[in-house]
Amino acid sequence: MLFEITSAALDPQRLIDHVRKDESGAVALFSGVVRNENLGRRVLYLEYDAYPEMAERVMREIAEEAIGRWPITDVAMQHRTGRLEIGETSLLVAVSAPHRTEAFEACHALVDRFKEVVPVWKKEVWEGGEEWIEGEAVRHE
Amino acid sequence: MKAKVRLFARLSELAGTREAEVELGEGLTAGEVYQALCGRYTALSGLKGSIRYAVNGEYAEPGHPVAGGDEVALIPPVSGGADAV
Repeated sequence: MLFEITSAALDPQRLIDHVRKDESGAVALFSGVVRNENLGRRVLYLEYDAYPEMAERVMREIAEEAIGRWPITDVAMQHRTGRLEIGETSLLVAVSAPHRTEAFEACHALVDRFKEVVPVWKKEVWEGGEEWIEGEAVRHE
Repeated sequence: MKAKVRLFARLSELAGTREAEVELGEGLTAGEVYQALCGRYTALSGLKGSIRYAVNGEYAEPGHPVAGGDEVALIPPVSGGADAV
Protein backbone atom coordinates (compact mmCIF):
# COMPACT_ATOMS: atom_id res chain seq x y z
CA MET A 1 0.00 0.00 0.00
CA LEU A 2 1.14 3.54 -0.65
CA PHE A 3 -0.56 6.75 0.49
CA GLU A 4 1.02 10.07 -0.23
CA ILE A 5 0.38 13.79 -0.33
CA THR A 6 3.07 15.43 -2.43
CA SER A 7 3.82 18.66 -4.23
CA ALA A 8 5.70 16.74 -6.95
CA ALA A 9 4.18 15.71 -10.29
CA LEU A 10 2.33 12.36 -10.08
CA ASP A 11 3.58 9.35 -12.02
CA PRO A 12 0.83 6.82 -12.88
CA GLN A 13 3.30 4.10 -13.85
CA ARG A 14 4.88 4.21 -10.41
CA LEU A 15 1.51 3.46 -8.78
CA ILE A 16 0.67 0.72 -11.28
CA ASP A 17 4.02 -0.95 -10.59
CA HIS A 18 3.52 -0.55 -6.86
CA VAL A 19 0.11 -2.29 -6.68
CA ARG A 20 0.72 -5.02 -9.26
CA LYS A 21 1.31 -8.41 -7.65
CA ASP A 22 1.87 -11.77 -9.31
CA GLU A 23 -1.68 -12.77 -8.36
CA SER A 24 -3.15 -9.58 -9.92
CA GLY A 25 -4.88 -10.05 -13.25
CA ALA A 26 -6.09 -6.45 -13.32
CA VAL A 27 -4.93 -3.01 -12.27
CA ALA A 28 -7.54 -0.20 -12.32
CA LEU A 29 -6.10 3.30 -12.28
CA PHE A 30 -8.11 6.48 -11.78
CA SER A 31 -6.47 9.73 -12.72
CA GLY A 32 -8.13 13.02 -11.74
CA VAL A 33 -6.96 15.83 -14.00
CA VAL A 34 -7.46 19.59 -13.98
CA ARG A 35 -9.92 20.79 -16.59
CA ASN A 36 -10.33 24.23 -18.06
CA GLU A 37 -13.99 24.88 -17.15
CA ASN A 38 -16.31 24.64 -14.17
CA LEU A 39 -19.86 26.00 -13.77
CA GLY A 40 -19.42 28.00 -16.96
CA ARG A 41 -16.23 29.64 -15.74
CA ARG A 42 -12.96 29.43 -17.61
CA VAL A 43 -10.57 27.97 -15.05
CA LEU A 44 -6.98 29.18 -15.26
CA TYR A 45 -5.48 26.83 -12.66
CA LEU A 46 -6.24 25.07 -9.37
CA GLU A 47 -4.50 25.29 -6.04
CA TYR A 48 -4.67 22.37 -3.62
CA ASP A 49 -4.20 22.44 0.12
CA ALA A 50 -4.07 19.39 2.39
CA TYR A 51 -3.55 18.23 5.96
CA PRO A 52 -0.91 15.72 4.92
CA GLU A 53 -0.44 13.63 8.07
CA MET A 54 -4.19 13.18 8.52
CA ALA A 55 -4.85 12.69 4.78
CA GLU A 56 -2.37 9.83 4.63
CA ARG A 57 -3.97 8.22 7.67
CA VAL A 58 -7.52 8.58 6.29
CA MET A 59 -6.41 7.18 2.91
CA ARG A 60 -5.10 4.10 4.72
CA GLU A 61 -8.43 3.74 6.59
CA ILE A 62 -10.53 3.86 3.41
CA ALA A 63 -8.13 1.45 1.67
CA GLU A 64 -8.55 -0.98 4.54
CA GLU A 65 -12.34 -0.64 4.23
CA ALA A 66 -12.06 -1.52 0.53
CA ILE A 67 -9.80 -4.49 1.23
CA GLY A 68 -12.42 -5.77 3.69
CA ARG A 69 -15.16 -5.44 1.10
CA TRP A 70 -13.58 -6.68 -2.17
CA PRO A 71 -11.05 -9.40 -2.91
CA ILE A 72 -8.36 -6.97 -4.05
CA THR A 73 -4.60 -7.40 -3.80
CA ASP A 74 -3.34 -3.86 -3.19
CA VAL A 75 -4.26 -0.15 -3.14
CA ALA A 76 -2.22 3.02 -3.66
CA MET A 77 -3.35 6.65 -3.59
CA GLN A 78 -1.60 9.95 -4.15
CA HIS A 79 -2.84 13.53 -4.16
CA ARG A 80 -0.83 16.48 -5.29
CA THR A 81 -0.79 19.89 -3.57
CA GLY A 82 0.10 23.40 -4.67
CA ARG A 83 -0.65 25.03 -8.00
CA LEU A 84 -1.77 22.70 -10.80
CA GLU A 85 -2.18 23.77 -14.40
CA ILE A 86 -4.86 22.60 -16.83
CA GLY A 87 -4.21 18.97 -17.81
CA GLU A 88 -2.07 18.13 -14.78
CA THR A 89 -2.95 15.18 -12.56
CA SER A 90 -4.20 15.95 -9.05
CA LEU A 91 -5.28 12.49 -7.85
CA LEU A 92 -4.25 8.93 -8.60
CA VAL A 93 -6.00 5.85 -7.20
CA ALA A 94 -4.67 2.43 -8.22
CA VAL A 95 -6.23 -0.90 -7.26
CA SER A 96 -5.01 -4.36 -8.19
CA ALA A 97 -7.16 -7.49 -8.03
CA PRO A 98 -7.21 -11.01 -9.46
CA HIS A 99 -10.10 -9.94 -11.75
CA ARG A 100 -11.21 -6.69 -13.39
CA THR A 101 -14.69 -6.41 -11.84
CA GLU A 102 -13.36 -6.03 -8.29
CA ALA A 103 -10.57 -3.73 -9.45
CA PHE A 104 -13.03 -1.38 -11.21
CA GLU A 105 -15.60 -1.44 -8.39
CA ALA A 106 -13.11 -0.88 -5.59
CA CYS A 107 -11.31 1.88 -7.50
CA HIS A 108 -14.60 3.69 -8.20
CA ALA A 109 -15.70 3.40 -4.56
CA LEU A 110 -12.31 4.60 -3.29
CA VAL A 111 -12.39 7.72 -5.47
CA ASP A 112 -15.89 8.57 -4.20
CA ARG A 113 -14.87 7.94 -0.60
CA PHE A 114 -11.68 9.97 -1.05
CA LYS A 115 -13.70 13.01 -2.03
CA GLU A 116 -15.90 12.65 1.07
CA VAL A 117 -13.37 12.22 3.84
CA VAL A 118 -9.74 12.86 2.87
CA PRO A 119 -8.72 16.35 4.07
CA VAL A 120 -7.71 17.90 0.73
CA TRP A 121 -9.14 21.14 -0.66
CA LYS A 122 -9.04 22.90 -3.98
CA LYS A 123 -9.22 26.51 -4.92
CA GLU A 124 -10.37 27.41 -8.39
CA VAL A 125 -8.79 30.44 -9.97
CA TRP A 126 -10.51 31.92 -12.98
CA GLU A 127 -10.30 35.18 -14.87
CA GLY A 128 -11.32 37.84 -12.36
CA GLY A 129 -11.68 35.74 -9.24
CA GLU A 130 -11.02 32.70 -7.13
CA GLU A 131 -12.93 30.48 -4.74
CA TRP A 132 -12.25 27.57 -2.40
CA ILE A 133 -14.53 24.79 -3.57
CA GLU A 134 -16.20 23.08 -0.65
CA GLY A 135 -17.79 19.66 -0.90
CA GLU A 136 -20.81 18.53 1.06
CA ALA A 137 -20.20 18.72 4.80
CA VAL A 138 -20.16 15.13 6.03
CA ARG A 139 -21.12 14.99 9.67
CA HIS A 140 -20.20 11.38 10.37
CA GLU A 141 -17.77 8.70 9.29
CA MET B 1 -1.80 23.92 29.01
CA LYS B 2 -1.98 24.77 25.36
CA ALA B 3 -3.28 23.10 22.25
CA LYS B 4 -1.99 23.67 18.75
CA VAL B 5 -4.61 24.51 16.14
CA ARG B 6 -4.18 23.98 12.39
CA LEU B 7 -6.23 25.74 9.75
CA PHE B 8 -6.55 24.88 6.08
CA ALA B 9 -7.90 26.19 2.78
CA ARG B 10 -10.52 28.94 3.18
CA LEU B 11 -10.20 28.93 6.98
CA SER B 12 -6.46 29.64 6.85
CA GLU B 13 -7.04 32.51 4.43
CA LEU B 14 -9.80 33.98 6.63
CA ALA B 15 -7.62 33.79 9.73
CA GLY B 16 -4.46 34.83 7.90
CA THR B 17 -2.54 31.97 9.52
CA ARG B 18 -2.19 28.20 9.23
CA GLU B 19 -1.36 27.62 12.88
CA ALA B 20 -2.38 29.03 16.23
CA GLU B 21 -2.15 28.17 19.90
CA VAL B 22 -5.08 28.17 22.30
CA GLU B 23 -4.82 28.27 26.08
CA LEU B 24 -7.00 25.46 27.44
CA GLY B 25 -7.42 26.68 31.03
CA GLU B 26 -9.85 24.31 32.75
CA GLY B 27 -10.13 22.21 29.62
CA LEU B 28 -11.97 22.81 26.37
CA THR B 29 -13.75 20.78 23.74
CA ALA B 30 -12.84 20.91 20.03
CA GLY B 31 -15.87 23.13 19.42
CA GLU B 32 -14.81 25.49 22.20
CA VAL B 33 -11.34 25.74 20.70
CA TYR B 34 -13.00 26.99 17.51
CA GLN B 35 -15.04 29.51 19.53
CA ALA B 36 -11.86 30.72 21.24
CA LEU B 37 -10.21 31.25 17.86
CA CYS B 38 -13.23 33.21 16.61
CA GLY B 39 -12.52 35.74 19.36
CA ARG B 40 -9.04 36.25 17.93
CA TYR B 41 -9.83 35.89 14.21
CA THR B 42 -13.32 37.32 13.80
CA ALA B 43 -13.49 36.35 10.11
CA LEU B 44 -13.81 32.74 11.27
CA SER B 45 -17.14 33.44 13.02
CA GLY B 46 -20.38 31.95 11.76
CA LEU B 47 -18.86 28.85 10.15
CA LYS B 48 -19.71 26.40 12.93
CA GLY B 49 -22.27 24.56 10.77
CA SER B 50 -19.77 23.64 8.08
CA ILE B 51 -16.63 22.87 10.10
CA ARG B 52 -15.58 19.40 11.15
CA TYR B 53 -12.92 18.82 13.76
CA ALA B 54 -9.94 16.54 14.00
CA VAL B 55 -8.00 15.92 17.20
CA ASN B 56 -4.52 14.51 16.68
CA GLY B 57 -5.32 13.67 13.06
CA GLU B 58 -8.61 11.80 13.67
CA TYR B 59 -12.09 13.16 12.98
CA ALA B 60 -13.73 14.10 16.28
CA GLU B 61 -17.11 15.39 17.43
CA PRO B 62 -17.38 19.05 18.54
CA GLY B 63 -17.72 17.80 22.14
CA HIS B 64 -14.42 15.90 22.02
CA PRO B 65 -12.19 17.00 24.94
CA VAL B 66 -8.85 18.60 24.10
CA ALA B 67 -5.82 17.99 26.33
CA GLY B 68 -2.53 19.89 26.62
CA GLY B 69 -0.28 19.19 23.65
CA ASP B 70 -3.15 18.01 21.42
CA GLU B 71 -3.36 19.16 17.83
CA VAL B 72 -6.84 20.37 16.83
CA ALA B 73 -7.60 20.88 13.15
CA LEU B 74 -10.51 22.86 11.73
CA ILE B 75 -11.63 20.97 8.63
CA PRO B 76 -13.77 22.74 6.01
CA PRO B 77 -15.83 20.50 3.68
CA VAL B 78 -13.24 18.54 1.69
CA SER B 79 -12.93 18.81 -2.11
CA GLY B 80 -10.03 16.69 -3.36
CA GLY B 81 -9.77 15.38 -6.89
CA ALA B 82 -10.53 17.48 -9.92
CA ASP B 83 -14.24 16.94 -10.73
CA ALA B 84 -16.81 19.62 -10.05
CA VAL B 85 -18.55 18.96 -6.75
